Amino acid sequence: MESFRSLTVTQRDQILVEQQVFDIFKTFYNLPPSSQSFMLELQRENHVEYLTKGLTGLSPSFCVLDANRPWICYWILHSIALLDEFVDPELENNTIDFLSRCQGPNGGYAGGPGQMPHLATTYAAVNSLVTLGGDKALSSINREKLYMFLRQMKDASGGFRMHDGGEIDVRACYTAISVASLLNILDDELVQNVGNYILSCQTYEGGISGEPGSEAHGGYTFCGLATMILINEVDRLDLSSLTDWVVFRQGVEGGFQGRTNKLVDGCYSFWQGGIFALLKRLNSTKEVKPIPLGDGEGSGEESPQTTTSSDAAGEEGLNGDLSLGGSHSEIGDQHNTSSQDNVIDIDHNHSKGHANVEPLFNSLALQQYILLCSQELNGGLRDKPGKSRDHYHTCYCLSGLSVCQRSWLEDEDSPPLPRAVLAGLWASEICGFRMYDRS
Amino acid sequence: MDSREDDGGEPLSRMAEWRDVTPLPQDDGPNPVVPIAYKEEFRETMDYFRAIYKADERSPRALRLTRRAIHLNPGNYTVWHFRRLVLEALNADLDEELDFLQRIANSNSKNYQLWHHRRWVVERLGANARAKELNLIKKILSIDAKNYHAWSHRQWVLQALGGWEDELDYCQQLLEEDIFNNSAWNQRYFVVTRSPYLGGLKAMRASEVRYTVEAILANPNNECPWRYLQGLYKDDIKALVNDPEISSVCLKVINTKNNYVFALKMLLDLLCHGFQPCHEFRDSVVALRTSDTDPLGPDLSMAICDILEHVDSLRASYWIWRKNKLSVAAV
Repeated sequence: MESFRSLTVTQRDQILVEQQVFDIFKTFYNLPPSSQSFMLELQRENHVEYLTKGLTGLSPSFCVLDANRPWICYWILHSIALLDEFVDPELENNTIDFLSRCQGPNGGYAGGPGQMPHLATTYAAVNSLVTLGGDKALSSINREKLYMFLRQMKDASGGFRMHDGGEIDVRACYTAISVASLLNILDDELVQNVGNYILSCQTYEGGISGEPGSEAHGGYTFCGLATMILINEVDRLDLSSLTDWVVFRQGVEGGFQGRTNKLVDGCYSFWQGGIFALLKRLNSTKEVKPIPLGDGEGSGEESPQTTTSSDAAGEEGLNGDLSLGGSHSEIGDQHNTSSQDNVIDIDHNHSKGHANVEPLFNSLALQQYILLCSQELNGGLRDKPGKSRDHYHTCYCLSGLSVCQRSWLEDEDSPPLPRAVLAGLWASEICGFRMYDRS
Repeated sequence: MDSREDDGGEPLSRMAEWRDVTPLPQDDGPNPVVPIAYKEEFRETMDYFRAIYKADERSPRALRLTRRAIHLNPGNYTVWHFRRLVLEALNADLDEELDFLQRIANSNSKNYQLWHHRRWVVERLGANARAKELNLIKKILSIDAKNYHAWSHRQWVLQALGGWEDELDYCQQLLEEDIFNNSAWNQRYFVVTRSPYLGGLKAMRASEVRYTVEAILANPNNECPWRYLQGLYKDDIKALVNDPEISSVCLKVINTKNNYVFALKMLLDLLCHGFQPCHEFRDSVVALRTSDTDPLGPDLSMAICDILEHVDSLRASYWIWRKNKLSVAAV
């Protein structure tokens, strides 16, 4: 083992995070079983309280998100939906009204009333309204004007600009295409050349970058892959190298990193974890045999990060603007992360009549990271130990948790299998993976 | 011109200059959600901005106002956009604009709007701005060598304005400082494949393979050079399989019986693409077996999957899936 001083910045930063995380795990293992159970519980009520409070009032430090308010709506509403909770009717109406004021006269939604429309905030607003569901919310969306806005944002390269005169990247493609798909206004004009643009963003590593030439990155990989699926051109990507890249983004901490040799971050539980959900769908329609489980029933078949304004504006920009919801079959549905109540023992032979498919990532390790390292017991979730909670990370950590718990199912609308839910497993079952030597 | 860093935060309502403007409050509605408890300075600045924006007033005072608004919320893309319109209308000195951006770069190094604005300015300044720009990016990267925006911007500058000559050296330097810096490896790939001075990937391949192999041997657990190595043979799998240096480095690392996950993985990939191993490879893989793993079957690829399932147990389900794909392919 080299002396600490001869380590590179990457090695040093990684070791510091590992120490923190393993301290948490060690403490956990030494707890009595009843305390362990508590630590693995999802603090639903506290999360809902934290989230709902955000809907009704935000402190002055949030002025750095003053151009992202539909995002804050989305992060909060989606999280509440994941927790199988509801927003009271008054708040719902106020949200619909507020988002209407963010809708531009020429289509699309801005970061706040009076601002220019922007693809990311359009994505956030539309998904917020779809999450609320119901006639009032959905009919408030001006689909014709939104289509015009999307056409305006389309660039000759095949990509999209985030706003008038704005930047072009894979996020913009995703937000535009996914919204168009969701609202049933996707056409050839919008789709043409998008596939070529995204293809040019798959790097030698296998992941997808924000712009051609840039580094493979979890957020952009999710956006790129999802877009290709939506426009039915996913087979043009090198899926085996993409799979190979994303599988290695899961680290010894159990969580995912955004790029090779970078630090774990709870939000990648969704951006990277969600990629597996997409791939599973693709694999189940192809010849590849999934891993059959013991019962022999195998079948064919994705913040402001800190409190400083600069980081908030920036990191949130890179990560936050990538926000998106679960699969699009979930329009209007409430999705629950499994409750602690009915899970006590592992039942390896449980089948419930559904085909079982083991996910390609380590779902239990990821859940362990989310629950023990990202969850704040007082409500909210965060990037990693030592960082503050925020709505963005709450949204994507919970989304990642949901992906984990549903990752063994062929049919995403079924409740999770007990074996898929971390809570209730023996401590020794967790982290079966060995720590690897580092020179 | 827009020279003052800030106007001291003096209330606009008290300034003679703004007397003729009626501030425009935000149309939040009676019961807004996610309402932010704006501080007075923020609220006032944005009220005046809304008024100027609505009136489309592209004047020097509008320029100063956008600066004030940017300081309060650098994420407001509408303000940045309007600032660009004003700069154009006033035919402003864009070198001064670069200086302004430079001053706020450090505390906004991860802000999309700032980098996009920089691109817009530099595009207009042209090749003369190149050296300054590459230098600024270097400074930012010296603080955070993986800043995603900085790297994208750097690539844009190189492609739009040139400056490729020193870039491979720059990558080399960064990799000497931190061989685990994946952004630097990615940039290296960018330079090697696109620099007009280097002759393209195939021409550079041999020397790059040597460099990469050296990096692997120094830190076999470093994922970067392994992926880079594969990248050097992108769209040319046959050459990858036939290059003795590749299979040789796998063998070397496997024989150390330490940090060999990537080496085994590379060997597996080679086998999947038709590599014909000599007996040395099988012997080395067999030597990895510990008493708690089953005896290895005759198929080397399957044996490797079995080993990886145990030594890279975090990814056990992936290795099982890879093994299953082997049997499907074999049929």
